[in-house]
Amino acid sequence: MPIQYYIFFCLTLFSIGMVGVLTRRNAIIVFMCIELMLNAVNLLLVAFSKMYHGAALQLAPGTTAGIDAQIFVFFIMVVAAAEVSVGLAIIVMMYRNTHSVDINFLNRLKN
Amino acid sequence: MNTLEILFYALSAFAIVSAVMVLVSKNPIHSVLWLILVFFAISGHYILLNAQFLAIVNIIVYAGAIMVLFLFVIMLMNVKSDKEPQKKLLTKFIGVLSGGSLLVLLISLVKQTVQLQGKQVMMKEGTIGLIHPLGKALFSDYVIPFEISSVLFLSAMVGAVIIGKK
Amino acid sequence: MKLIIGLIVLFPLVGFLFNGLGRNIWNKKVIAFMATGFIAISFVFSILAFLNVQSSGAAMVHFFDFINTDTIKIPFDFKVDGLSSLFLLVITGVGTLIHLYSTAYMKEEEAPHYARYFAYLNLFIFSMLLLVLGDNYVIMFIGWEGVGLCSYLLIGYWFTNATYNYAAKKAFIMNRIGDLGFLLAIFWLIVKLGTVSYGSVLTAESLAKLSSTDITAITLLLFVGAMGKSAQIPLYTWLPDAMAGPTPVSALIHAATMVTAGIYMITRSNILFSASEFTGHVVAIVGISTALLAATIALKQNDIKKVLAYSTVSQLGYMFLGLGVGAYSGAVFHVITHAFFKALLFLGAGSVIHAMHHEQDIRKMGGLKSKLPITHITFLIGCIAIAGVPPFSGFFSKDEILAAAFAKSPIYWVLGVIGAAMTAFYMFRLYATTFLGQFRGTHEQEHHLHESPVAMTLPLILLAVASAIAGAIGIPELMGGHHWLAHQLMPIIGEAKEATLTHQTEWALMAASVSIAIIALLIALNKYKRQADDEPQTSLGKFLYHKWHIDELYDNIIVQPLNRFAGFLKNVVEKNVIDGAVNGTGRLVQYSARKLRLIQNGQVGYYILFIVLGIIVLFLCWFNDVAILRFLSFLTNKS
Repeated sequence: MPIQYYIFFCLTLFSIGMVGVLTRRNAIIVFMCIELMLNAVNLLLVAFSKMYHGAALQLAPGTTAGIDAQIFVFFIMVVAAAEVSVGLAIIVMMYRNTHSVDINFLNRLKN
Repeated sequence: MNTLEILFYALSAFAIVSAVMVLVSKNPIHSVLWLILVFFAISGHYILLNAQFLAIVNIIVYAGAIMVLFLFVIMLMNVKSDKEPQKKLLTKFIGVLSGGSLLVLLISLVKQTVQLQGKQVMMKEGTIGLIHPLGKALFSDYVIPFEISSVLFLSAMVGAVIIGKK
Repeated sequence: MKLIIGLIVLFPLVGFLFNGLGRNIWNKKVIAFMATGFIAISFVFSILAFLNVQSSGAAMVHFFDFINTDTIKIPFDFKVDGLSSLFLLVITGVGTLIHLYSTAYMKEEEAPHYARYFAYLNLFIFSMLLLVLGDNYVIMFIGWEGVGLCSYLLIGYWFTNATYNYAAKKAFIMNRIGDLGFLLAIFWLIVKLGTVSYGSVLTAESLAKLSSTDITAITLLLFVGAMGKSAQIPLYTWLPDAMAGPTPVSALIHAATMVTAGIYMITRSNILFSASEFTGHVVAIVGISTALLAATIALKQNDIKKVLAYSTVSQLGYMFLGLGVGAYSGAVFHVITHAFFKALLFLGAGSVIHAMHHEQDIRKMGGLKSKLPITHITFLIGCIAIAGVPPFSGFFSKDEILAAAFAKSPIYWVLGVIGAAMTAFYMFRLYATTFLGQFRGTHEQEHHLHESPVAMTLPLILLAVASAIAGAIGIPELMGGHHWLAHQLMPIIGEAKEATLTHQTEWALMAASVSIAIIALLIALNKYKRQADDEPQTSLGKFLYHKWHIDELYDNIIVQPLNRFAGFLKNVVEKNVIDGAVNGTGRLVQYSARKLRLIQNGQVGYYILFIVLGIIVLFLCWFNDVAILRFLSFLTNKS
């Protein structure tokens, strides 16, 4: 598959996630859309890694070129997990204070 | 069209539809479930690309742990679908519009890029997605980030606990 | 020479500062002494300078580089030659006498105001010296403006009176109009020749560089400047109103010095003026018309100073007539003699006013001959001089102008003689009404009549002597004299024109004008010996009495429309347009601030939206138009 198909697909997922962030008011749903975006990026990275691997194998069989992207994806997952835990903790705290998970409620940055 | 392509398109379509349903669902629990389906589709893509390790890790970590965590929190919040406030129509429209225009912009950028023309992605073959090379690389070249990520987890855990305390 | 000239100019300036800054410190004696003393010292040095020029010829003194750029250099130079040294003598000499006179005339003023008066007078002398000494038009212009300013300050000396202020403003504004012409001439010179120094402009080579339109335009513009300063038609109405100032001021500024600045300027630029026939005619015609107009008005005026003011305007007209027909030495001669006898007449009038306790209406005077003997005699001498009766000075100077006018065109001569007749008539009308006959004032005034103090009579006597004998400097060859003045001015005005009149003609002209003048004089004496003029009866009389209604004319066609225009600007333009723009800007800023503030609403969703929009814009800009164009290709090449 040409790389461009993967790129289009991932961009689509990414923008869907973006639309979700802009459109939804529930903080938890927003968070989920962020995860969606991260996943789209992960897929794209893996696709690129295979692209490089394919090209490198033509020249020198037996290399592991392109493995860096997959390691990167691994770490992205790690960070995503950590981020989710902290983020949800924050949301729980927000709920405790305001009894709502509406992001419009968080207008303390007003003016 | 060979199997590969059919699988690719099918998985893509599935993923996109599920993602849209994530957005559209009124009930947050439904959104979570649709998102899990998206993750499954993505893992399918990983397997297509022979990134086996990542496929499994995706399922275990994302769909298994993170989404479950989400579910817990949603159920804890007792978020009812009918009480959930909706944004104004105009805002939704603008959001969709801007997201859409970003998509169109980026796609057009990709289309015009010369370097990306005709590059093929190696599917089904390739050793780098397997556990053995990945593990080797992880513990030899990337051992420091690996160790540091454990510190990262520690700090995230501590942070979550502190924030969660009353 | 540099030292001498520097001191001549410096002393009045120091006097100005001394009295101006110290007006609350010194007492009146000190003020008077210092002010007069400074000018007297300048006079002494002027004599030195004059003698120096006589022996060593003209000199140029360089002080510093005033304006020094690549394209134009205007140094601060003084030129001391026959013309300017002569003027120096007149200015400082008559100036000293008037300062002396003022010490007594202004004695009733408070010390600070007394000092203010003398400070302004000194500043005036300083500016006038700059004017005549400058070696280029710009320095002259500096002095020009300075004298205009001092004229304003001194006319409006008694500033608590609104009418006087109005008169001062009028003088300054009319001057300014003339100054515009002068400035334009300077600019034109700079554009065409790149220099304004006399040495560079007033040469044959420079003349060759200018086209005839250039020369005509420049000379006309210079003449406009002279019109304003020397009160010719149409810019003369300020001078009669300027009589609002103290009488010594009128004597100094509006008789002897400032008003002669125009004549000096034209004489200095005589090469330019001789090169333009057209301007010559314009100058002569304006001069003679002014002379006649002012003379007719003077026939019917009843204020002693107003008569003298119109007389000044008229005599200035004669000087310009002289300039217009090319009789430069005649005009300068008349300047000098006029300075003497007009200052004399004004100071005499001041003496009368002083004695009459500030009464200026001649119908209330009369019979002052016995009460004010010195004033009477000197005034009489002045009147005879101005009427042009030989052997007093006025005869020689006026006749030289008339002869040259005849050479140009007999019409000028005829009109000139008519004017001279009127001059004789109204001057002797003035004399007779004031000094002869019975006293017509109140008993109070009669009681207080006394001769003026020495400080006032001494200048009168000196000026009378000068008026009588000053003719000696310009006795024409006709009468066997060696026209010293013409020779003196020869380096500046070139060779005297070939005498186109035969001696017989000249004698005949002289006889004619003198006899007409004497006849007019006698008629006036006879008529006014016993009684003063009643209210003007005939419509012509009324017309003349009301100064040809010219002031009202100016008021209607110039002042009122300007006032209305200014009012319009103030009420409509200022309020709506300018204030509107300024206030509108303020309102706009407030409005937009209010609206912009709403962006900061604390809603995360908005912020993320703007981030996305920002990214889109960034991408668009980064990849320029190509990305936008590719949008369309995306639709077409979907592969």
